[in-house]
Amino acid sequence: MRNIWTIAKREFRLYFISPIAYIVAFMLFLILGIFFYANLAAASLQQFSGNPYAPGIQVILGPFVTILLFTSPAITMRTMAEEQRMGTLELLLTAPVRDWELIVGKWLGAFLFMLVLIAGTWVYPIILNNLVEPGIDQGMLVTGYLGLILMIGAILALGVSISSFFNNQIAAFFAFLAVLLVLWLVGNVSEASGGVGSEILRYLDLDDHFFTSFYQGVIEIKDVIYYLSVTALALFLGTVNVEMRRWR
Amino acid sequence: MIRVSGLTKDYGSRRAIDDLTFDARRGEILGFLGPNGAGKTTTMRILTGYMPPTSGKAEVGGYDVVEQSLEVRRLVGYLPETVPLYPDMTVYEYLKFMADLRHLPDPEDRIDELLEIVHMEERADGYIEKLSKGLRQRVGLAQALLHQPQVLILDEPTIGLDPAQIIEVRNLIREIGKEKTVLLSTHILSEAQQVCDRVLIINKGRIVAEDTPGQLQARLTGSNRVTLRIRGEASDLVESIRKIPGVQNISVLAHDSLEFETSSTLDARPEVARRVVNAGIDLLDLHTASLSLEEIFLELTRDEPEATVIIEEPAAENAEEV
Repeated sequence: MRNIWTIAKREFRLYFISPIAYIVAFMLFLILGIFFYANLAAASLQQFSGNPYAPGIQVILGPFVTILLFTSPAITMRTMAEEQRMGTLELLLTAPVRDWELIVGKWLGAFLFMLVLIAGTWVYPIILNNLVEPGIDQGMLVTGYLGLILMIGAILALGVSISSFFNNQIAAFFAFLAVLLVLWLVGNVSEASGGVGSEILRYLDLDDHFFTSFYQGVIEIKDVIYYLSVTALALFLGTVNVEMRRWR
Repeated sequence: MIRVSGLTKDYGSRRAIDDLTFDARRGEILGFLGPNGAGKTTTMRILTGYMPPTSGKAEVGGYDVVEQSLEVRRLVGYLPETVPLYPDMTVYEYLKFMADLRHLPDPEDRIDELLEIVHMEERADGYIEKLSKGLRQRVGLAQALLHQPQVLILDEPTIGLDPAQIIEVRNLIREIGKEKTVLLSTHILSEAQQVCDRVLIINKGRIVAEDTPGQLQARLTGSNRVTLRIRGEASDLVESIRKIPGVQNISVLAHDSLEFETSSTLDARPEVARRVVNAGIDLLDLHTASLSLEEIFLELTRDEPEATVIIEEPAAENAEEV
């Protein structure tokens, strides 16, 4: 546990001195801000139409999840690939650290960084709560953020795992982007086909588990299990890959 | 402390090390000498638990490097050939990170101590990115020494250092080598000669010689090379010198000089000098140049199979002639 924390701490601190993390944070808050503003403006205009509506936490969560698709590869691409390129992996693999501790530590560092970004988005629900009468749906707020955190955990685990396959950050970025896109769209494909196969494809879909439950204010145990198991499986694969590297 | 038997490692179809067997005791500095690609780094990587061997067995401090990798890694301090540093950390942060990974009880005290040993106190808060190669090497060395390892494995520890630093590092290694086991690789022969208690010369993944540096030199320089310079044509002298007992391998170096080998038991030099003078030729120079370690090394690690023959041949011929 101590080793995981040591590695996670280094990783976490590294985000605050790397330009990529600042670019990601900037992009995230810029886009969220634009969506937020656009939604508020539209809602305030509709006040005077016959069909008024109150924006909920979805106006933040929806864009956030979509931005994740492009930002999380940038967050995780460095984690393992850079260690391999710089030769520092040799340092870590000859220190008394288990391979899984290394992978989990890397993941935890990235996860903590994303948690900081998520914490930053709390300004939006607070503003919304003040603007909307009689306040926004608190239950939806809690489930939405819970789902978001679970999903980010799974995505980052995949990212760290994929990064461990490469010596090059850019390669890790695009490989992970490709994997994410497949996992993102596989549910949509399933709609076109049918039968048992479509059910399996739908279950594999990464964002489907978020939008059909947490996003709607519902916590479904199968979705929680899905994200936790994707996280565990990805971290396991990453560990196996590091172990395989030793044998090469 | 280190026991290696039948160690073999293949990278795909290429055999990096082939059936290596050696050991190193506590309080011994063992030198690994060999050209690039000889398998030094591979052997060290196996001993540090970085990668497992294809076959064979290696133990460090009684622990198997594959089965008890974590125990081995706790015992070993390792400085890889390309010093693994994080450029975005300061020297102090880096050492603290490594100290934490090694669960040192008082990391701050130990880091201060090490910074003093490697003379980096003033650069402790400087970013590693800004350090020169020599300074980086010292940080790497500090990292390897952090946990006062029982076994220190150093891959080319003095590479990139300036002469004063090299002497310091060598002294440091010698100091550590009094109580701990040190395995170091180098391609600088004088370094092996000065620092190591025992030297393993490896080439193409095999051990070609193993001995103390002094003995190695003595054993391999059974014959002395003598250079003779005269006023006149050296080639005229070849026939008469060849007849002197103890002389072999005459070669004409230039029109006025030639070279021959003489055994250390039967010194042919006085007789050569007499003959030259008696023949009425002016003797300008007659001196011996014993095979340097560099030459021995080249002989041993040369690709051609006759490399080993050259070293053993003179001894055999001497026996016949004496």
